[in-house]
Amino acid sequence: MRTDLPGLLLAVALLAGVLVPGMAGAAEEAAGAGEVARFGADWQSWRVNTDVTDMPSVQRGARNFVSFCLGCHSLKYQRWSRLGTDLSIPTDLLQKDLVPPGDRITDYILTTMPARDGETWFGKSPPDLTLMVRARGRNYVYQFLKTFYVDPTRQTGANNLRLPTTAMPHVLSELEGLKKAVYRDVMRRGEGGSFTHEQVFDHFETLAPGRLSATEYDGFVHDTVNFLDYVSEPTQAARRALGVWVVLFLLVFTWLAWLVKREYWKDVH
Amino acid sequence: MADHAVVADDEVDLSRRKFLTTATIATGAVGVAFAAVPFIASWSPSERARAQGAPVELDLSKIDAGQMTTTVWRRSPIYVVRRTPDMVARISGHDAELKDPTSQYSDQPPYARNTLRSRTAEFLVLVGTCTHLGCLPKQRFAQAELYPSWPGGFFCPCHGSRFDLAGRVFNGSPASINLRVPPYSYPDPRTLRIGVDEKGAA
Amino acid sequence: MAVKTAPDAPAPLSTGVVAEPAARRFWAWLNKRMPVDEFITSQVTDYFAPKNFNIWYFFGSIALGVLVLQLLSGIYLTMFYKVGETTSFDSVEFIMREVNYGWLIRYLHSTGASAFFIVVYLHMYRALLYGSYRPPRELLWLIGMLVYLALMAEAFMGYVLPWGNMSFWGAQVIVNLFGTIPGIGPGLVEWIRGDYGIADATLNRFFALHVALIPLALLLLVVLHLAALHETGSNNPDGIEIKDKAGRDGKPLDGIPFHPYYTVKDVFGFGVFAVLFAIVLFFVPTLGGLFLEAPNFEPANPLSTPEHIAPVWYFTPYYAILRAVPDQRLGALLMLLAVSAFLFLPWLDRSPVKSIRYKGWMSRTALTLFTVAFIALGYLGLQPAEGLYVVLARIFTVIYFLFFLLMPFYTKLDPVKPVPERVVYHAH
Repeated sequence: MRTDLPGLLLAVALLAGVLVPGMAGAAEEAAGAGEVARFGADWQSWRVNTDVTDMPSVQRGARNFVSFCLGCHSLKYQRWSRLGTDLSIPTDLLQKDLVPPGDRITDYILTTMPARDGETWFGKSPPDLTLMVRARGRNYVYQFLKTFYVDPTRQTGANNLRLPTTAMPHVLSELEGLKKAVYRDVMRRGEGGSFTHEQVFDHFETLAPGRLSATEYDGFVHDTVNFLDYVSEPTQAARRALGVWVVLFLLVFTWLAWLVKREYWKDVH
Repeated sequence: MADHAVVADDEVDLSRRKFLTTATIATGAVGVAFAAVPFIASWSPSERARAQGAPVELDLSKIDAGQMTTTVWRRSPIYVVRRTPDMVARISGHDAELKDPTSQYSDQPPYARNTLRSRTAEFLVLVGTCTHLGCLPKQRFAQAELYPSWPGGFFCPCHGSRFDLAGRVFNGSPASINLRVPPYSYPDPRTLRIGVDEKGAA
Repeated sequence: MAVKTAPDAPAPLSTGVVAEPAARRFWAWLNKRMPVDEFITSQVTDYFAPKNFNIWYFFGSIALGVLVLQLLSGIYLTMFYKVGETTSFDSVEFIMREVNYGWLIRYLHSTGASAFFIVVYLHMYRALLYGSYRPPRELLWLIGMLVYLALMAEAFMGYVLPWGNMSFWGAQVIVNLFGTIPGIGPGLVEWIRGDYGIADATLNRFFALHVALIPLALLLLVVLHLAALHETGSNNPDGIEIKDKAGRDGKPLDGIPFHPYYTVKDVFGFGVFAVLFAIVLFFVPTLGGLFLEAPNFEPANPLSTPEHIAPVWYFTPYYAILRAVPDQRLGALLMLLAVSAFLFLPWLDRSPVKSIRYKGWMSRTALTLFTVAFIALGYLGLQPAEGLYVVLARIFTVIYFLFFLLMPFYTKLDPVKPVPERVVYHAH
């Protein structure tokens, strides 16, 4: 294709379009890493790695969810029985420890809180969480659960950096402990050359410890996000496993097809 | 320069061509067979259907003697009859009028392959679907309700099939086998569980 | 083709198949009533294509394969999908979780939609490279453009069906564009929607159009597209008409029978495509939000607009052009012109040669700039319309249109290279 320069440029442009944003993202992360000394200053670059094949982690996450989240949030597209099958939890254990009394094991995972009450108490019905990780991303959920801070100006007494003015109270405060937000003054140049002052979040300050240490709480959140990742697409492990075989098969088939092509094209001069 | 693009060489190795082509087509066929699996499997009952087809439990104390209650399991009506001793007695004595008195050709679990077509004499559990073309047979439990020698049982209004108090089909009926018995068990004496027996969940 | 037969074996049928007597009798019976053998011969085994096809020539047959894939996966989805503003979203999750292999069928369809556009854009690009829209293939090109337009309508409506939040808001934005038509605009929008806002009525009719009407139209257009192609024969990377150099048997000297050479080559090409397709489907089906957008995993909410409303990637070049213009009506008009500009190519290109291989530096520069502009606009259409992005979108919009507007001039003025007598072919 030596004469097909536009085609070559097309390929290069496509490649650049993939590489450049990736490198820019990496540069951003590197810039944030130097400020770790102030706890929470780099919260926007906090990332979580999930592995839905880590069975113990997902099981712990399920237990965490039932204990702390199910009171308000449903997982209405997921059945208890499916949870049992995918997470290797025997049905009697499932029924005894996880499934609320009165519910059948084939029922969808619904919260006991009526939707109307949620609206009355919080101003907004607690959303269903089945697809939250697919809709907002696992890092969003991770950051959300780790950036609650004390805010006396709010009805719930709490606020959140990831979702400012969230209607959700700091449900996990007994585990995480309490922290407050410390701000710093920043001057910004406004329109027409005038300067404005702005209070910008700087870092967190721990007010009271929770039942869990910082590492333990991080593990708790990690397990919970891992569980929510699984719930948002329960078939993902099977998908990847099947994919390996399919791609291998297709490679073999394509190689055979190539041999046939080459054989017949010997005729062509 | 005036020659064609395709030159029929004598060196064309036909057997190699044939082998490679066959191997590729065979592999392709295997691929197509595997690719068909998801499409065919998608038609089998979904998890929702299987969940809705989960076992059904009934409180037997709610059924009076001589009464029948109808419930649904796996989209079929299930008849549960609490037979009185009199009704049980009226099951025998007319084997000659039945097409399949020993349930040899009919469809039931091993524990229902007997004269009473049930685990216990007191309760009869049947699939309430006529084995002719699928209508719901009506209960006609009283002696002589249909005709003088009628021992009691079921009558199907669609085409006139008759069944006795064990669900066995009478001669002269369009239906050819006895009413079916679903898998069932008694987790405790007061509870009937339809859909689960010794073999596990159906 | 050199098929050796024993001296006393029955004479092969014209397709080259030697068959059992019973099968041969059936074949003869069939062909007295329908011209099956004649069709296969004239369209496949005795139909000649240029021997110098390169990688750009795979995408037509691959597109056909993707069409089959979409029809199959689509029909299966309609067996489980329940259209309706209260049921659509839930039924998609039902398919993903509870239908056996439902997730696979769904991802086939969503990956297939994006794959369709990748393949079709590359297929169209080949025409730009080699002048496949030039006479006598103008009609072929126009029919192809109709296929492209039908495909865009099909994809747009299909995206509404899951009734996610992006489905809703994407529909809102695009349907509102029709409101810019002077006079009839607002009435037309209400008529399209069937309600005062995007609603159940809109969803239901898009379902009917997506599942029944447009697929039928697509099938018809593809048949016409192939018919037009077979009438003129394919172009090739050198832009030379192979029919001009025929041998004594009337067949083009630089042509080869489609079967077995291109059947065999296209199977291989489809295999490569299938590997890439499977990698995406099984390992990155959302492709980072490009193939399945994250906001669409939330149900449609008329009271909550997603942060960035972006159409799916294959529409973004035109979306960028729409937003580049500060006036809504003018932006919509320009977007329409951008899509329809392609229709005029057969008459805008005045070059004495067809293929970019023999065109001069002006045409090459123009095409290169257009390619960069199209991709850049695609990228910009995904970004929020602010700051530098808007400035760049405007620059690239100008370049985009100049490619077409100036074409009659630079194709005439361009110093061209001499076109060889016979196609350039290296054995492979």
